[in-house]
Amino acid sequence: MSEFFSQFGGEIAELTLEHLWLTGAAMLFAALIAIPAGIWLTRSPAWAKPVLGLANILQTIPSLAMFGFLLPLPWLGDRAARIAIVALTAYALLPILRNTYTGIRAIDPSVVEVARALGLTDWQLLVKVQLPLAASFILAGLRTATVTCVGIATIAAAVGAGGLGELIFRGVASVDNRLVLAGAVPAALLALVADAALGLIERWCKVPTARVAHP
Amino acid sequence: MSQAVEFRNVSFATSVTPQGRLLLDGISLTLEEGTTTAILGRSGSGKTTLLRTVNRMLEPTNGDVLVRGENIRGANLIQLRRGIGYVIQETGLFPHFNVERNVGLVLEAQGQPRADRIRRSHELLATVGLDPAPFAQRFPHQLSGGQRQRVGLARALAAEPKILLMDEPFGALDPLTRAEMQDMLRDLMARLKKTVLLVTHDLDEALFLAHRIVLLDQGKLIANLAPREFVASRQPEIVSYIQAFHRGERSATPEATK
Repeated sequence: MSEFFSQFGGEIAELTLEHLWLTGAAMLFAALIAIPAGIWLTRSPAWAKPVLGLANILQTIPSLAMFGFLLPLPWLGDRAARIAIVALTAYALLPILRNTYTGIRAIDPSVVEVARALGLTDWQLLVKVQLPLAASFILAGLRTATVTCVGIATIAAAVGAGGLGELIFRGVASVDNRLVLAGAVPAALLALVADAALGLIERWCKVPTARVAHP
Repeated sequence: MSQAVEFRNVSFATSVTPQGRLLLDGISLTLEEGTTTAILGRSGSGKTTLLRTVNRMLEPTNGDVLVRGENIRGANLIQLRRGIGYVIQETGLFPHFNVERNVGLVLEAQGQPRADRIRRSHELLATVGLDPAPFAQRFPHQLSGGQRQRVGLARALAAEPKILLMDEPFGALDPLTRAEMQDMLRDLMARLKKTVLLVTHDLDEALFLAHRIVLLDQGKLIANLAPREFVASRQPEIVSYIQAFHRGERSATPEATK
């Protein structure tokens, strides 16, 4: 066992970092696209159905097929990491988009009404009222997206993008379960850690609503 | 006395049907500066709709609303709203801000320094009968219904508006708390000389607080009278409104049970 780690330990660490980079970059892009898009949908609700539908369809494409579709595209196909990041971003869109939209829509309408009536500008309404009140929803979306993407990123190795999937694919090809586990266990741990960390932030952002009357 | 708010032939129609349903039907009404006007009427008679045209939460389909002599149709929306206080039954307090920040939010939106905001919000809390020492740091969910309404009122007064719109502010409170709030409001209005437009379902509240009583029915203005004239009126709509109000009291008196 120690022999296995001395042989593969460095590689596992390297691939874990690569895995983190692929997922992290995709999450960043997805958040940059989906949060503003979700906000925009709350202001133009007529678009909500088609846009959420589109994101839903993206979500249903099997991941291996998605990587395959992107492979022949110019510029994207040149580097495997680009393909992986674009595909992962596409998968991360829906949860973030949907939760941003629902989170803002779920705010007590009387709160938004008063904020407008007191003369807050659209921007002030967004940053002082809507985003803070929707924050725990948006973070829940980010959390779902992250956990999904950590899993899907293992398949990116199929197009040569690296990450922990590489160990899994190699292990499968050479019928070496140790290698499969060396890829799968760190990937699972990454997902769990990301889930727990984002869960903590989410709880911290939650707005108290319990009605406890003081004497 | 000068005119704080003037409604000129104001109509409002929903766009549900081609003709729309008329929620307001040619309302003309003047609110004198420093007075309180109560709007009565059954649900759906257009009370809230009328109130919401003053700060342009709704734009009238026809007619004009003038605030301090100026037609608000072309006015700067943000400036207009910051000059008009707004209090509603649900309070709409910001659940993620403590009381102090809730009260000071309009000042925050105007870019006033933090120290000034805090001083002003403590001052206002005292004005509405809440001791800033324990209450400034509390959150809305830690307050009782009456306390929440007081905070909502303090917030509405923060930017020193000349006009205050109140939509059934005490409608959700128990009768005793409501009476306390009415006392507080009456004292406050006598001191601050605001022009108040108050929507209410409570005839007693209207008689207690208002200088003028307006009765709406199906979007039309039925009456605009001083409280004394209102109770003495022989106008059938007013008589039936007042009668509907005190039925319980009448049926419980000994003569009625015989």
